[in-house]
Amino acid sequence: MKYVLMFAETAQYAEELAAASDAERQAAYEEVGRWFAEHAARITHHVHLQPPHTATTLRRDHGRVEVTDGPFVEGKEIVSGFVEVEVADLDEALAMARSWPACPVVEIRPVDP
Amino acid sequence: MTVPQDELARVVRDHAGRLAATLTHLLGDFSAAEDLVQDAVEAALRRWPVEGVPDRPDAWLFTVARNRGLDVLRRRARHREKLAQLRWPVREEPDDRLRLLFTCCHPALPRHAQVALTLRTICGLTTAQIAAAFLVPEATVAQRITRAKRKITDAGIPYRVPSDAELPERLNEVLTVVYLLYNEGYLSSTGDSACSRRLAEDAEWLATSLAWTLPREPEVLGLLALIRLHQARAAARFDGSGRIVPLPEQDRSRWDHAAIAGAGRLIARAAALGRPGPYQLQAAIVACHAEAPGFADTDWAQIVVLYDMLLTLAPSPVTRLQRAIALRHLAGPAAALEEVSALADQLDRYPLLHATRAELLRALGAADEAREADRRALDLTANPAQRALLEERLGGV
Repeated sequence: MKYVLMFAETAQYAEELAAASDAERQAAYEEVGRWFAEHAARITHHVHLQPPHTATTLRRDHGRVEVTDGPFVEGKEIVSGFVEVEVADLDEALAMARSWPACPVVEIRPVDP
Repeated sequence: MTVPQDELARVVRDHAGRLAATLTHLLGDFSAAEDLVQDAVEAALRRWPVEGVPDRPDAWLFTVARNRGLDVLRRRARHREKLAQLRWPVREEPDDRLRLLFTCCHPALPRHAQVALTLRTICGLTTAQIAAAFLVPEATVAQRITRAKRKITDAGIPYRVPSDAELPERLNEVLTVVYLLYNEGYLSSTGDSACSRRLAEDAEWLATSLAWTLPREPEVLGLLALIRLHQARAAARFDGSGRIVPLPEQDRSRWDHAAIAGAGRLIARAAALGRPGPYQLQAAIVACHAEAPGFADTDWAQIVVLYDMLLTLAPSPVTRLQRAIALRHLAGPAAALEEVSALADQLDRYPLLHATRAELLRALGAADEAREADRRALDLTANPAQRALLEERLGGV
């Protein structure tokens, strides 16, 4: 089955990352690199997004169109990237998400067949 | 011909889950298999009370489910073919029912759906029986089940026993569902209507079959011991008119001492596996009560130590309250009241906090404050037996 893992950052995570030393940040990136290498056979596509200050949202409401600055959900969790994977079932997707070394929130959704 | 409700429940429970497991395995479709078994169970509950339980209830359920499947699965040719080839007796895979249980209690499903699915699929309850047990409309239960089944199919929730790495967490999810069922059954006194089932017995049965399948999982043994210790004393909890009898006043000769000893052996077996956990500790605490010849003989020091260990593993304000109740008998009501007062903010809406405060205040001679606390407990309590106890206390002071 095909799933998308949606990665989301929290404010706390962003702060921790900002406060980290260069060496620590480098180590964190390497861990992410290792995760991608380890799961390369299952990953069919991946996207990393620019930070939320670059986001623009278009909202259509009864024919009116409004364009605003920022992501569509002004929430505490901000989507930072997607990985599309091909695995046997939800448990396998969950196991991948569990071993994800970076941002703390991952939503798992099956892709329409 | 009349068949006692308990007998009917037992027979359905013994066979429905097994059949659901076999059909799920065979069809590779949880949702379709579960529907067929539910239809068969409903047919059994209509016909067995009139015609009597057949000699081979498993074959009976199988035949009804199979014929129903051939009838309703017309459009799914593959399923129909598989069903058509199926002959009684069917070969059973040893882990089938366990797999099914892990599917029903998958963490990707909301808790109430896990509970409803487990009861329907594994224990063979009908949607109406589940609704009656939880005092929710039947349509609500039906909707929860439909949604959960859709999620199982669409999200790709697998039908298998989790790997060793996943097992502890997934097992914990299953144990939570069984424990919740037990508590619901233990507390509710709505077991009077004709079609009702005793949830406590379903929970004990689930824990027993888990302990058979996973004999080296100490928390499974701990939960089974905990449930058996409560069951062993259940008869003495209520008097002839349905009123709760407080522990100090219970007639201990009415407890099932053989069952208590058996639970003690389960706790020892679990402890020998060297992985303590919350259910084992709770069972050990209840065993201290159950093994005491009289209330005055209770080993309170041991109970407080066990609560301390439990709080280290699983901190919770409710556990702290229970520890405070035990502490009263070791360190006196003033020390206990101090502990209880420290929890007042966190547990303000929890009736047992106020009922406990009332008892402690009364022991310390503060009758007015005690009445006020009892009144607050009464305001927060819905359970009729508990309300009766509090009303009696308020009337009697």
